Amino acid sequence: MMNIASPSRAPAPGTTAPAIRARSLKAVRGHRTVLRGLTFTVPRGQITGLLGPSGCGKSTLMRAVVGTQAKVTGTLDVLDHPAGTPALRSRIGYVTQDPSVYDDLTVRQNLEYFAAVLSPGPAAAARRREDVTRAIADVDLTAHADALAGNLSGGQRNRVSLAVALLGAPELLVLDEPTVGLDPVLRRDLWDLFHTIATERGTTILVSSHVMDEAERCHRLLLMRAGEILADDTPEALRTRTGSATVEEAFLHLVDAANAASHPQPREPQTP
Amino acid sequence: MNTHAPLATAPPAAPDAPGPRFTPFLFRTLATAARVLRQLRHDPRSIALLVLVPCVMLLLLRYVFDGSPRTFDSIGASLLGIFPLITMFLVTSIATLRERTSGTLERLLAMPLGKADLIAGYALAFGALAVVQSALGTGLALWGLGLDVTGSAWLLLLVALLDALLGTALGLFVSAFAASEFQAVQFMPAVIFPQLLLCGLFAPRDTMQPVLDGLSDVLPMSYAVDGMNEVLRHPDITGDFVRDAVIVAACAVLVLALGAATLRRRTT
Repeated sequence: MMNIASPSRAPAPGTTAPAIRARSLKAVRGHRTVLRGLTFTVPRGQITGLLGPSGCGKSTLMRAVVGTQAKVTGTLDVLDHPAGTPALRSRIGYVTQDPSVYDDLTVRQNLEYFAAVLSPGPAAAARRREDVTRAIADVDLTAHADALAGNLSGGQRNRVSLAVALLGAPELLVLDEPTVGLDPVLRRDLWDLFHTIATERGTTILVSSHVMDEAERCHRLLLMRAGEILADDTPEALRTRTGSATVEEAFLHLVDAANAASHPQPREPQTP
Repeated sequence: MNTHAPLATAPPAAPDAPGPRFTPFLFRTLATAARVLRQLRHDPRSIALLVLVPCVMLLLLRYVFDGSPRTFDSIGASLLGIFPLITMFLVTSIATLRERTSGTLERLLAMPLGKADLIAGYALAFGALAVVQSALGTGLALWGLGLDVTGSAWLLLLVALLDALLGTALGLFVSAFAASEFQAVQFMPAVIFPQLLLCGLFAPRDTMQPVLDGLSDVLPMSYAVDGMNEVLRHPDITGDFVRDAVIVAACAVLVLALGAATLRRRTT
């Protein structure tokens, strides 16, 4: 079992506006409404966990925040700008579910390229070098820096992808299931890293997961189900409110309650 | 030499910090081109195939037409223009398809990278490769196989380079319509073969059935081959050569612009 440290209270954000503010956010993919009018905020400098079963719309929501999702309606402000504004592109680090790196480049070459996209030009070369070295160290891949990304394991490639998102010290990190396929030790190390980034660098982190024990390490949780937000609270408050011992239990409790509300009669009477 | 730049511990940059705003678009293009070439460098077999196959084909052709060197002159010169088009088409369509399917395109477009940076980067990298390929092919044909060209070898190289750019542009464009590498490869016969048949390589264009002759007038490869033939027959730059080169270049730019339109920052 993983040793789960209880999250330290993040410093109160004070007067700063939330990092993400959504009102009546809807998204359509094909003929399916994936997000059904979400309203929520994500505070700055904290780790907000986005949890829910696969297919509930977590990735679509994250893509909307990053500005790569088409057919999004409603209000979505990210770092005080409408989501997808060009000015936001260098301020958000984004990790997709599958590692988005070049398999035929080494770890360092991957990072060097993305760093050159973020801060181009020979004037920034020294800063880029430091940034790349730090990002590789952050995800604990220094020993593999000169290995081809394609020759790494799935978990290692995920970490290369994460390192790319850490380049340029973004104000907001959007991480889509960054710990999938990692062993417990690495998962703990990554969550320690997320906490370091949030507390020491003041970065806001929106991280999705379907592993509920990771939820305990978030400052706030957004529980999603079928394109709707089921709960938006701290892990303690969720447990207290539902009288559950763990977030997993609290989540199941809320899902059952929601199911009961949407299907009042479990057994359909035979219609003539 | 360099100032110490703020590291991660520094507060997040202000939204209008002097960053991307002052950096010319050129650097991102160059970084992209360098990255594409670095990727290729890890794949020496592809480079060898790209560079050697045209040479082997020319060698083969030379001895297929052992008895009629005139025919070799004409077909050989045309092929010097056609090879770069075909190989760059294939390489680009697969490379950009990979970029789309691996998620790196989505990541890049979520970063401060312009579509033009990406496309120009690809065109630059594959253009450089095409120069090497064409230089070797032209050198071998002219000095190794006795290809008899009246005009300048530099003009042959120029047309070959323009053809390579056209191939890159077409490959980039069709990759938007391919969902897999299987489909991307099938676009080669669909897009390239009709042009190959109608470009005047097999029969002079004006002797074709009038509808086909008219059709060949709107296919860019026809002008690539015409341009090569102008160099073959005339010692100086002719007006027709300039027209052919401009048409091929304009087609390349037009198709590159169409290719840029297929890169979407927001996808469903």
